[in-house]
Formats: sequence, structure tokens, C-alpha cells
Amino acid sequence: MNTTNLNYSGKSRPPPANTVGIVGWVRANLFSGPLNTFLTFFSCYLLWLIIPPLLDWTVFSADFTGNVGRDCTTEGACWAWLDQRIAQFLYGFYPAEAYWRVNLTILLLFPALAYVLFDNLPFSAYGRWFSVAYPFIAAFLLVGGFGLTGITTDKFGGFMLNLVAGLSGIILSLPIGILLALGRQSKLPAIRILSVTFIEFIRGVPLITLLFVAVIILQLFLPPDVSLDQLVRVMIMITLFASAYMAEVIRGGLQAIPNGQYEAGQAMGLSYWQSMRLIILPQALKISIPGIVNTFIGLFKDTTLVIIIGLFDILGQARVLQTNPDWMGKVDHETFLLAAIFFFIICFSISRYSINLEKRLDTNRE
Amino acid sequence: MARSKKNQPKTAKNVIEITALNKWFGNFHVLQDIDLTVSQGEKIIICGPSGSGKSTLIRCINRLEEHQEGSIIVNGTELSHDLKDIDAVRSEVGMVFQSFNLFPHLTALENCTLALIWVRKKPKAEAEAVAMEYLERVKIPEQAQKYPGQLSGGQQQRVAIARSLCMNPKIMLFDEPTSALDPEMIKEVLDTMIELAETGMTMLCVTHEMGFAKTVADRVIFMDEGQIVEENEPNKFFTKPKHERTKLFLSQILAH
Repeated sequence: MNTTNLNYSGKSRPPPANTVGIVGWVRANLFSGPLNTFLTFFSCYLLWLIIPPLLDWTVFSADFTGNVGRDCTTEGACWAWLDQRIAQFLYGFYPAEAYWRVNLTILLLFPALAYVLFDNLPFSAYGRWFSVAYPFIAAFLLVGGFGLTGITTDKFGGFMLNLVAGLSGIILSLPIGILLALGRQSKLPAIRILSVTFIEFIRGVPLITLLFVAVIILQLFLPPDVSLDQLVRVMIMITLFASAYMAEVIRGGLQAIPNGQYEAGQAMGLSYWQSMRLIILPQALKISIPGIVNTFIGLFKDTTLVIIIGLFDILGQARVLQTNPDWMGKVDHETFLLAAIFFFIICFSISRYSINLEKRLDTNRE
Repeated sequence: MARSKKNQPKTAKNVIEITALNKWFGNFHVLQDIDLTVSQGEKIIICGPSGSGKSTLIRCINRLEEHQEGSIIVNGTELSHDLKDIDAVRSEVGMVFQSFNLFPHLTALENCTLALIWVRKKPKAEAEAVAMEYLERVKIPEQAQKYPGQLSGGQQQRVAIARSLCMNPKIMLFDEPTSALDPEMIKEVLDTMIELAETGMTMLCVTHEMGFAKTVADRVIFMDEGQIVEENEPNKFFTKPKHERTKLFLSQILAH
């Protein structure tokens, strides 16, 4: 029904000047009442207390040159180790002449991710195939074979190890989590019981325990001549661990979808898998984005636990340097700060992207 | 129980045959010995108090609900547990819901093309052409690119009708299509349904819109407590109801 479009436009005026623009924003967000005004000034005071000394310590009074810890003589941070040690923080014990393979893998990650994450990119038909092929390309570049010099995974280390374990976990845990969530809702008892048992078992056991199982106990059950790569075992365990949490996050999303959506799909003659893929999952996953991202970020940070089973990720490298006689006692804060910065960059990017994605998928916007 | 079939044309074939249908929700006997035959092109209005089983009855026809006893034959196919391809039967039976059940993550146009593309396997361009044709028939082609959340209730329900019609169904089921609408939206939806009735579509409609019933119905069925209490052509149904229960119901819904 079309309502008559009445024209009142002669009476509309622009809003008062102090409610829009920068002035309006400052009034609304910083000084909207006595409490908020107090909090604004108090926050500024706190920042003034923290920021200048922090900058002074990390940059202005810091030492950037020297070969051993004793060369760092000022009050500030000691960054002299960066020059010789940054490569180990990034690549672990990966051979230096093959660093380009890691760099190329990370470089190729950007287009591979972009084609999954963003629509409307040029050549998207080919790009999607590249994204699908990327994990295999990455494995080939990192491990070698087929002409490239083979490099065993025990050479992997530093932040590269966190990235490999974290990204493979992120990529695999989402589809496995979806299947587990659907399995938990299945009408077939066998599938349902299997899914519930798996989820509850994995959630009931700490990740460290699972990693120990993967590394030590699993070998007892495998035939002596079969040896599963250490890193692969870790990747499997991290993935399974995240999948169980993912399944519960997605189950929450599935339960939020009204029954009418399932019925409308059925009534139109769509099969179960068509309904799921075209109607239910797009909505359920959208609702679950905050939880999914939470799980991703948690998983990525959990990759630092591999230090316990003797793999030297970025935290492992920090420990190595901290106990090195040349640097002992000089680099405790600095190395952890560097690791924190690396993790923050990745985790913050994931978080920002998810907010962008939620806005893009919001179909109630006018 | 009255079962008048005199205004069915002798030549028309039966598209729905329900015999001795019984259904329980747990211990609750929701449908009791229902017999109903619908011939092609017939318009049937089902009314009755809430909880009388009228929604459940039409939901049995496309097997959103499974029945326990009796038989339902839709377009020559009996609905039963052994039925391998229920989706094929469903794609021939359109359904419009009280709460619209549009897919909120898809535009109006995509809502309409979804089943055409995935069930009927039509190419996208062809599906869009069909969808636009039906969106024009329900008079909202200009809303094709909008999401359901951006449409009014009446517009959403008309998109839902267009979505069902796109599949070119032989039967249309309406489950209280105007009950969730504001009064001023009801007319636009009923107008759409009247136009659809004029095309000769077989329609089963659960509704309390008695004006609509008088306009389009071949038969009005009154249900109470899981049974068909009375069944008659609309004139006689409204002017000379046979059962006390029907009289009481009509006096209540026509009172204001």
C-alpha cells in the first residue's frame, strides 16, 4: 500500500551547531555529565602518567647497539639483541638460505585470505581456487619436496611456528566445528552420541594434557615404525581442541534460528543439506561471529603452549635468549614485549575484520 | 458430519485425498478421523478456535507434520514413511506462513529465486526473470533488491506469496497469512490472495477473515477439538450454520 507522500520539508531545519561535528561529538562522548567529565580528565591524567615513561623506556633511553648484554648501559630498554636474534624470533631454526620460502608463504597468504574474506575483488573466480590451493602450496614451500630442498618440521620455530599452527587450526576448526554442531542436533542417535561424546571429552580436558597425549602417549599406541610428525600431531590436537569449542559456539547460533526458517526451506522442497547451506548456516554463522572470533583468537594464543612439549615458538625463543649468558638479566621485558606486539597485531586484525564483517552482513540496515 | 460435495465439478480430479487421518502430539489427540477431499481449483477456508487442529491439518498436507494413522494422497502420491522423495511432493505444494518466514539474509528477489535455482535447477538469469514476474504480480517489483527487514509486514507476506508461486505449485496452503499483520496491511495481502484465487489455483486457507471467505471460498470447514464439525458452501455456512458450536464461534468472531 502506498501512503501519500506528504511534504513537510518546508519546516525542517539543520540541527543546532553544538550537537553536530567535532564539538557535538566531544560534548556527547567526553563531557556529557559530571561523572563523564571527571572520567575524561582522570583518564588523561593516567595516560600522562603512563605514556611518557613507557616511550622513554622503549625508545628514547633505549640501547640499540651492542653485541652482548653488558653493552646496554642506559636506564632504558635493551634492543641490541634485535639485530642478531630477530631472525630466530621469526623463523626459529629454519635454515637462513630458505627464509625466502617462509616469506613467500606469508606473502601469498594475503591474496589467499583476501579472496576468502572479501567480495568484489578482481579475478575472484580464479582467486577462490587459489585460496583453496593455498594450504597445499604453503605446505610445499615450507616443507619442500618436488625439487625444493626438504626441511623437517623440527626446524620450524619462532613466530612462524605460531602462525603455522594457529592458521591451520583456524582454517580446519571452523568446518569441523560446523559438522560437530550439526551432528549434535542430528536425529540419528549414533551421530548425535558420537558428536556429544567428542565435544564433552575435548572440552573437559586441558589443552596441555592433549598436547602431552599427542606427543608422548600416542607413540605408545602406534606401531614402532610409524612415526607421525611432531608438528602435525600438535596441529591436529590444537585443531580438535578448537573444534569442540567452535561446535558449541555454532550450536548457540543454530538454536537462535527460528523453526520457521527450517520449515520454509522444507516447504519449498530444499533438501536438508541445501537448507543448511543456503538458509540456516549463513544466519547461524553470522550470529556466531563474536564467539567464532573469540575461539580463533584463543586458539592462536594457545599455540604458545607448544613450548611445554619442547617446540620453540616465539615465546620459546624469548626464553632461550633470556637464559643466554651473554644477555641474561638484560632482555626479560624486551623479548616478551616483542612477542606481545606480534600477537597483538594478528589478534587485533582478526578482531577488526570481524567487526567489519558483522557490519557488512547486517541486512536490517536502512 | 456434513460432507457436501455437490459444488465440485464432476470432471475435476482430486488433488488431495485425506481419509481417516489421526494424529497425536504425545498423548494429545490433535486430529481425529479427518476425511477431506479437495478437487483441482477448489478454494477451501478452514476456521475454528485456536487449538482446534486446523494448522496441524494443513501442515500434514506437505508433511511438515507427520501423521500416525490414515492416509494423505497429494497429487497422486501417498505421504508415508517409505516416501523417498518428500522434497519432490513439497516443491509442488506452496506454503505461506503466519510469520512470513522469509530468509532475512537474502533480498526479496533472492528469496524467490533460491528454490528455482537449487530445486528446479534453473539458470540464475531465468530464475530472476520468473521471480520478477511474480513480484510484479504481487505488485512489489520495486522492492526486489531490499532485504525482508526493510519491508513492511504486508510487503513481506506478499514476497512470501510470490516466493511460493515461483515454484509453480499445484496447491497453495495458507496458514493464517494475515494474523500477524497490522489492520491496514491485511487488505493488501487479501487482495493478492483474491487475485490468486481468480487464476484457478487450488487453495487451502486457514483464516478468520470471513469477508475473504465469502468472496473466494467454495467450501468453508469449521474445526473444533481436532474434528471437522461442519462443512458447507459459504452462503449456507454463514447464514444457516447447523451446529450449535459453529453458531457460537461465528457469533464470537462476527460480533464486532
